[in-house]
Amino acid sequence: MKTTRMTPFGLALGAIVLKDLRTELRTMRSLPAMVLFAVTTFVIFRFGLDRTALSGSLASGVIWTTLLFAAVLGINRIFLPEREEGGFDAFRLAPVDRPVLFVAKATVLFLYLAVLEVIVVPVFALFFLQEWSGLAPLIVVLLATNLGFAALGTLISSMAVNSRARDLLVPLLLLPLVVPLMIAATGATSHLLDAGGPSYDKFGTWLLVLGLYDGIFCLVGYAVFEFLLED
Amino acid sequence: MSGRGLKQLSILAALVLLAGYALVFFWVPMDALEGFRQKVFYLHVPLAIVSLCGFVAGGVEGFRHLRTDDRRHDANSYVFIHISVVFGVATLITGMLWAKASWGHYWVWDEPTLVSFLIVFLLYCTYYPFRYAIEDRDRQARYASVFAITAGAFVPLNFMAVRMAQSLIHPRVFATSEGGLPASMMFTFLVCLVGMALLWVTLVKLELLGKQTSGQVSKLRRALEAEGYGNDEPTATVGRRIAPNLEAQ
Repeated sequence: MKTTRMTPFGLALGAIVLKDLRTELRTMRSLPAMVLFAVTTFVIFRFGLDRTALSGSLASGVIWTTLLFAAVLGINRIFLPEREEGGFDAFRLAPVDRPVLFVAKATVLFLYLAVLEVIVVPVFALFFLQEWSGLAPLIVVLLATNLGFAALGTLISSMAVNSRARDLLVPLLLLPLVVPLMIAATGATSHLLDAGGPSYDKFGTWLLVLGLYDGIFCLVGYAVFEFLLED
Repeated sequence: MSGRGLKQLSILAALVLLAGYALVFFWVPMDALEGFRQKVFYLHVPLAIVSLCGFVAGGVEGFRHLRTDDRRHDANSYVFIHISVVFGVATLITGMLWAKASWGHYWVWDEPTLVSFLIVFLLYCTYYPFRYAIEDRDRQARYASVFAITAGAFVPLNFMAVRMAQSLIHPRVFATSEGGLPASMMFTFLVCLVGMALLWVTLVKLELLGKQTSGQVSKLRRALEAEGYGNDEPTATVGRRIAPNLEAQ
């Protein structure tokens, strides 16, 4: 397929990302729900675990479980406007490379997750943490994990959005796939949130696992995405 | 794929498996530490290895399907994964029995190999509802291939991540640092592994042949219906909606 004029990658990417952010700002479809869900989940953990303060592996478990399920809410809806309002058809008609949509949606998801964490992690610290000094290095872990969520979430969401059981399939497919990501993220986080201040036991190794995971699934997603758009 | 050679193949698989387990029970020496219960090793580990290789092979077939758009590769991918899931159930059951005999518990969470296998198994269990949820046949085949590729890439990565997270109490029998298996055990193990692999291939061929046959049957039935015979008979058979069939070829 040789076309004479294609829209440059960066231009198309910027256009889709801006379009998505603009619709999100106008409709507030995903982010408020994700934030609200996360904060409510913290309250439930407060009573479910019957603890008023958390540290170490318990703290990292609570924060990552919450972020994961809040992310599932966002991942469920990331392709919804494309499906319901004909965005997929419009995209297929546009003279752009197919993987642009993957990169654009992953970028949007990454940004959603970043905004979610900017709000929710301080709330978590306020609710449960007595020692705040681990939060600065936590940013690195959050960013690395977000990338993995974004790549896999976009892939899974685009697979599930054209099926009958969309809401059911996203968590069903995503949860087993992100288990290694969660292992690495919680492994890196638990020592950062230790009661006596952060320690960096195996921190570099976990970051390496996160990076490897991100790299592989960004590549896989980028490579197979165009087959999910064909019709 | 046709049914040619299926009979010979199944006889061969049966013979190698029989020979393997005859060696296990009558020839290979008892394990000094574990005694008789170590014998499950010759069943459990080949099952696990064959099933994991089958998952990865399913990913490779998915990749070939996307590359060539040939439905046969999608059918292969489906059957590979299907038989490997069955082997996976057997792996989990034999593993749990061995764990109970050896460690005193059916399930040990500190055990990386156990946990990673469970995660992989759970992931592949979602293959069926995922496939089932997509109605358009072409799309179903394409999406299932994407799933097979993603999950195939996930298998080695998952094992690495889980292994890093935990202490090591699972027997690392092939670890070079501790010398590994004695030659007699290694030989017996390899015979069992080959037998199990042959069993897997036989089952895959049988399943593919079944798919092909049911595809042909429904094609013939449609042809009959077009001529006005047997209109009152339902043509759909159980499971046809998820399973790819081969009538196009």
